[in-house]
Amino acid sequence: MDNNKLVEIASQVRRDVLRMVHAVNSGHPGGSLGCADFLSFLYFEKLRINAENFTMDGKEEDLFFLSNGHISPVWYSVLARAGYFPVSELATFRRLSSRLQGHPSTDKKLPGIRMASGSLGQGLSVGIGAAISKKLNHDTNLVFTLHGDGELQEGQIWEAAMYASANKVDNIIATIDFNGRQIDGDLDDVLPLGNLSEKWKAFGWEVLEMDGHNFNSIRSVMDSAISLTGKGKPIVIIMKTEMGQGVDFMMGTHKWHGSAPNDQQLEAALEQLAETLGDY
Amino acid sequence: MEIEILGHKDTRSGFGEGLAELGRVNPNVLALCADLTGSLKMDAFLKENPDRFFQIGIAEANMMGIAAGMTIGGKIPFTGTFANFSTGRVYDQIRQSIAYSQKNVKICASHAGLTLGEDGATHQILEDIGMMRMLPNMTVIVPADFNQTKQATIAIADHQGPVYLRFGRPVMPIFIKPDAPFIIGKADVIKEGNDVTIIACGHLVWKSIEAIKTLEERGISVELINMHTIKPLDEAAILASVAKTKCVVSAEEHMINGGLGEAISQVLSRNLPVPQEFVGVDDSFGESGAPMELMTKYGIDTQNIISAVLKVLARKG
Repeated sequence: MDNNKLVEIASQVRRDVLRMVHAVNSGHPGGSLGCADFLSFLYFEKLRINAENFTMDGKEEDLFFLSNGHISPVWYSVLARAGYFPVSELATFRRLSSRLQGHPSTDKKLPGIRMASGSLGQGLSVGIGAAISKKLNHDTNLVFTLHGDGELQEGQIWEAAMYASANKVDNIIATIDFNGRQIDGDLDDVLPLGNLSEKWKAFGWEVLEMDGHNFNSIRSVMDSAISLTGKGKPIVIIMKTEMGQGVDFMMGTHKWHGSAPNDQQLEAALEQLAETLGDY
Repeated sequence: MEIEILGHKDTRSGFGEGLAELGRVNPNVLALCADLTGSLKMDAFLKENPDRFFQIGIAEANMMGIAAGMTIGGKIPFTGTFANFSTGRVYDQIRQSIAYSQKNVKICASHAGLTLGEDGATHQILEDIGMMRMLPNMTVIVPADFNQTKQATIAIADHQGPVYLRFGRPVMPIFIKPDAPFIIGKADVIKEGNDVTIIACGHLVWKSIEAIKTLEERGISVELINMHTIKPLDEAAILASVAKTKCVVSAEEHMINGGLGEAISQVLSRNLPVPQEFVGVDDSFGESGAPMELMTKYGIDTQNIISAVLKVLARKG
């Protein structure tokens, strides 16, 4: 897909995120804005999926798991824009009886979601399980997961990391949203991750680095990652992003991790983001 | 009452045999273990199906997550570790990735309760039934003997949805016939009687049978229900029996708080309030000791059932 088209999609996705969060005065805009480019690329260019006919088993499809479930707004927007469910349903986000729960869930049967997430650190294990299932089913499609960088403070991530390399789970590509911020502040002030690349290498993973706001970088690194599958090692991409990307006053701070913009802030933010596909 | 003893085995071996049987007939069944393959009696499945056995290592949280993920694509994963590490250690993983996500994972838990024995209280979980029955979507099964554990293991593979299957370590009498029907959610009436109903699960079903021998000698007619499925609870069986006997004793190798007895109380208080006595551990951790010594010390032995029956009969008046 042409980069300009991806930029257009991501701009609309960012508008959706801000409008959804503003409408209910709750949700997590910062990380959502930071992952808008990556998820737009994944769903509109890379994943081999059947959005119109969603099945839980996803046989002969690539699977995506959002482990850092709090950035549900960006996932919901991308899923709707990719055709999983009507874009108009984004207006129900976090409202009573909505399929768009605050954190992703399967119980209300929203197409595109195969696992609840929100309590952090669980999605890598889940992705590994799904990847093993694909191998047992002789299904050559891939499993993709996305994790927050703060989420890597959870011990289960490292249990999963150890398991995947030891057992040559080489059909999974995990991506880390490395924005360096979490609820309480800068990641390095809360609990530094040290040399993240070396940590993953020590755990036996192929490690790639990517600029999460440059579609050329995203495309070439994702292609490299996919070319590394099937070679005996799991793959992780450390994706450098900016929390709040696309809205000047939401960048450079952790303040917008879990805070909604007020009316004036929404207006100021939307002025910076072109309405390209039509607001919901 | 004549209950024939068919042999003596541990319930965990019933799980091992059931799992091995499943391995032969159902290619979607997978087994995962967190470094306790021998203790869980999963060796036969491992030997026959090495490509469907997954040694996770000592990482139970990861095991639950991997099992949840494996269901996507139609697999039926059975996780195996001690009950303590199958529940309390991984409650949040079970809650989010299995129960809330409605994943078809079978959580198989051995060494439950005091009869784990000498390892002591760190490993003797007495709260697991409570935790698991509180989870929406979760089915909770506590079979009574070796044969029933084998039957239950096989039955849960055909049940769509998360299941907690609880069994234990000690060698105990086998008294349920290998071809007896096992239906999830349908209690077994082991013996009919008129004066009092005992509702038990797991090892306490045998202890209840022992108690009934003494009670019958005193002329007390006891109805014994093996409540192998704690959730969904067979309310009809409870109410039908208690309508006749007008009093009940619950018996379980678990904390009274949150266990089978409380589940029964809820049914009775809503429908048919009658006196109930609870045989279970009273808000206490266990300790090291031989399994049967521990059952005596912590009040879940044959004599405690007898005492509870006499007390509830006195209350009934």
